[in-house]
Amino acid sequence: MSNLLVEMTEKALARNIPLSVQLDLTYRCNERCVHCYLDHDDHGEMTTAEIKHLLDEMANAGVFILTLSGGEIFLRKDFFEILEYARLERQFCVKLKTNAIMIREREAARIRDIGVESIQISVYSHRPEMHDAITLVPGSLKRSLQAARFLRSQGLRVIIANVLMVQNLQDYPGVRALAEEMGVECTLDPTITPMMDGDRSVLKLGVNQDALRQVFRDQALVGDVDEFCAVAAPADDNALAALPCSAGHTTCYVSPYGDVFPCVQFPLPTGNVRTQRFLDIWRHSDRMNEVRSIRMKDLPTCSSCSHVGNCTRCPGLAFMEGNMRGPSSQDCEKSFARTGIPSANMLAKKSSPANLVQIQIGPMQPPIPMSGAIA
Amino acid sequence: MSNLYVARNPRVAARSLDGDMMIMSGQDSTLFTLNKTATILWQAADGATPLEQIVQRRICAEFEVEPGEALRDAETLARDLASHGILEISEEPIIREGAK
Repeated sequence: MSNLLVEMTEKALARNIPLSVQLDLTYRCNERCVHCYLDHDDHGEMTTAEIKHLLDEMANAGVFILTLSGGEIFLRKDFFEILEYARLERQFCVKLKTNAIMIREREAARIRDIGVESIQISVYSHRPEMHDAITLVPGSLKRSLQAARFLRSQGLRVIIANVLMVQNLQDYPGVRALAEEMGVECTLDPTITPMMDGDRSVLKLGVNQDALRQVFRDQALVGDVDEFCAVAAPADDNALAALPCSAGHTTCYVSPYGDVFPCVQFPLPTGNVRTQRFLDIWRHSDRMNEVRSIRMKDLPTCSSCSHVGNCTRCPGLAFMEGNMRGPSSQDCEKSFARTGIPSANMLAKKSSPANLVQIQIGPMQPPIPMSGAIA
Repeated sequence: MSNLYVARNPRVAARSLDGDMMIMSGQDSTLFTLNKTATILWQAADGATPLEQIVQRRICAEFEVEPGEALRDAETLARDLASHGILEISEEPIIREGAK
């Protein structure tokens, strides 16, 4: 993050401004990725007019960075109308997340004309047989890569997002090499998100501890391995007073049905823009304010953990485990893989049987479908 | 005598953050913040109003500054912003199809 963006984020935080929002335009998708936690049926997406009204409200609220995601955004027939409105009428800095298989030369040129900050494309392997086995769509890798090349040829910033799973564990060097050859960026994420109804069976696709340890010691990925895998310094008062993450502080997420959450990976419903003003939800939702009130020192297990100073703990994943103030086991596994030192949560689990809790969605909504795009 | 016209580049992203104008360049995604004078210039840059008129009506009205000096400074500022792709400048009015 640039220094200026850090400075602006600090200002937004101090002034309670939602600087960055992810808006999922649809949960419908033309791929069926094996790890996706979405319900792809349309349960009543916001109309074009509703989305434009929301964009007006978000612009007035100070939202600057708008990530349009899904589902597959290009399945919306009004996608370009929404994108043009967001960019040219409301001047958002727009990022797109897509599988890109509907992008041809014409679409790429149109995206260039409208101007977006970046286009993130999901690529699971450099080998068609592996990628297509994950998306369950034959020919999908070829089409995604072709689209990435069209977009690059228009001078656009393309980011390949590679989710690491058991199946494609060995392929990330190939994906990175492919990205380099294409002149695009590449991110790697070993996080698998549970289904929103609490079903955690999809987590079995996540890589195991040995594999994580290897990945975190890959110099090509992490740079200085000793530095990356170092144990955090003991937490001081500043670390304990820190925010767990930006969710609900400078960022939030809006579903295709208008539900507002602290983050795409934090399914705590805080309101719906069809019946409330976006800014009222942001400022006055009790749940949003509860998320906002939590500091590292308020986390009963994590505040005493040796990893608290540099843990990647996701409050949303913790929430999906049953407690937004609790640990996120996936992040405990990451800290352990990096340092070889078990987290306080792992030590506690050793001394008591695991207690998996199905998440309770509040009275506002039935189980919440969420985005398939993983950052 | 300046006969420059200035227009906001539609490819940039912009938002006022409680008075601080944030601009992200469409050229290379570089982030800028504009000072008060640059913000006034940005907001008034409709492509139709001559820079000289913007300076007289908006900048001189806001700051105690001699009009000639203000215009020279505004021209320098406009060219600087144009070099970053934030503004477009022309000696003719800048009219875009479908512009609002």
